Amino acid sequence: MRLGLILGEVGSGLRRNLSMVVSVVLVTFISLTFVGASILLQMQIGQMKGYWYDRAQVAVYMCTEIDTTGNCTLAEATEDQIAAVKQQLDSPTLAPYINEVEFETHEQAYENFKEQFADTTFEGIITPESLNESFRVNLVDPEQSDVLIESLSGLAGVESVEDQRAYLEPIFAILNAASYTAIGVAGLMLVAAVLLIATTIRLSAFSRRRELGIMRLVGASNRFIQTPFILEGVFASLIGSILAGGAIVAIVQFFVRGYLATTLPVNTSLLGMEEALLVVPILIVSGAALAAVSAGVAISRYLKV
Amino acid sequence: MIRFDSVSKSYPGTTRPALNSVDLEILKGEFVFLVGASGSGKSSFLRLILKEENPTKGSIHVLGQHLNTLSSRKVPYFRRNLGVVFQDFRLLPNKTVFDNVAFTLQVIGKSRGFIQEAVPDALKMVGLAGKSNRFPHELSGGEQQRVAIARAVVNKPAIMLADEPTGNLDPATAAGIMTLLERINLGGTTVLMATHDAGIVDQMKRRVIELIGGQIVRDELQGGYQTQTVPTQGRIPHPAASKPASAASTATQSPARPMASPSSQGEGLDA
Repeated sequence: MRLGLILGEVGSGLRRNLSMVVSVVLVTFISLTFVGASILLQMQIGQMKGYWYDRAQVAVYMCTEIDTTGNCTLAEATEDQIAAVKQQLDSPTLAPYINEVEFETHEQAYENFKEQFADTTFEGIITPESLNESFRVNLVDPEQSDVLIESLSGLAGVESVEDQRAYLEPIFAILNAASYTAIGVAGLMLVAAVLLIATTIRLSAFSRRRELGIMRLVGASNRFIQTPFILEGVFASLIGSILAGGAIVAIVQFFVRGYLATTLPVNTSLLGMEEALLVVPILIVSGAALAAVSAGVAISRYLKV
Repeated sequence: MIRFDSVSKSYPGTTRPALNSVDLEILKGEFVFLVGASGSGKSSFLRLILKEENPTKGSIHVLGQHLNTLSSRKVPYFRRNLGVVFQDFRLLPNKTVFDNVAFTLQVIGKSRGFIQEAVPDALKMVGLAGKSNRFPHELSGGEQQRVAIARAVVNKPAIMLADEPTGNLDPATAAGIMTLLERINLGGTTVLMATHDAGIVDQMKRRVIELIGGQIVRDELQGGYQTQTVPTQGRIPHPAASKPASAASTATQSPARPMASPSSQGEGLDA
């Protein structure tokens, strides 16, 4: 009985306020799409970081006879110097940070070089001896490369210690900026959505002020009076958030999986449906909660006794 | 039933209080007229009983509840014991007579079965048994007021408040409404009616409480719209002197203290 009555009130409220309800739907749709997009971007950044940082190593380049930078003096790093670096890497102070160490000889470096630049001619210009020997260090925690750089840079025969992660930073900075922009837009749109929901509910309450007055007079409980209005707001924003969820799934399906995955290099790790399906419930729940709160605040002043 | 202990009510922005130190007791089953010029505090009085307003000073007890301390969460449940009727009926135009009356029961969560029984009973009681499917605009003013009364009594309230219920009605129709209110009163409901209708008050011979400028200047059993005794000419009532014989027991000495007519009383207070 009561449930039917409340739902009937919700229905008539929505019908009476149709244009406002449509605008609430659209605004929540757009704002939550931005929210979802920024969450997806953050997830993408996290996933790419995970992928690339695992592969990014700290490289300890040893001197060759043509190097003058670092600790080099146009002399090839000696066996002793290489051993000293190796010893340092194995020492108790550094060992806990290190996952794996590989040594790359001149020949291996040359092979890698040839592979990477297979379509250019460098015969004669580049010789195995002009490429640095190096230690390739995989860290347990890639964030702690500074420890290695500090303790190894000063050693004799070391040309430089490089964190390959540095090459990736600009990419992540761009992605981060994009995601913060999306969050900013989403925030503004959410403010608009909240205000719009509050206004819609006030209008709805105003058009039903006779009923409200009588309800209060005959002793309808506050909960009974406010529930239809809150449901009205939640219903409108729920439609918006479901649309936003659909948009997020569509973005992942058609843009990320359909377009980016075919355009970018094969080994780029991209988001999949699992991530999209994780975002959708977040959007729906937050949309509904937001509407419930703002509608509740908007209606509360009609409940003052 | 209803007790006011030196209740004052001032609205913000005015220096003159709407009610000034009102002491009053209304017992179960009484029929009380509240008379006085516009602005004398009648409506404030009714609003205080409904707890639509809180008193500035003093304490109010209604139906054993201390209204000053009644939490706003409990106010709705308190109001279910009161029935209210207004001059302008306040019916919902888009609902039928039946639905208007049923609405009050629906919103306080009564069962469908209860509503199906109680609403026809209430409509029969007010003499509208055959019109339950009409809409308010299809009814005459008197019939609309009967619908409003049916709505007020359908939940069997202990107290019925009526704010000028006959104000919009012709004398014959008003008399019909009064008969109805009298019958409701006979059923044990305390009726408190604010009115300007001198004829009705004089005819009914019920307890009359007269308010002037927020003070009770007269409280007599079986009184008329104006006091029956000859007013003493030129007597300026002192505010303290006009303190009413508040409790019903003291009000039994009828006629009460001689008083000037409302108009001259008003001037006296202003002087």
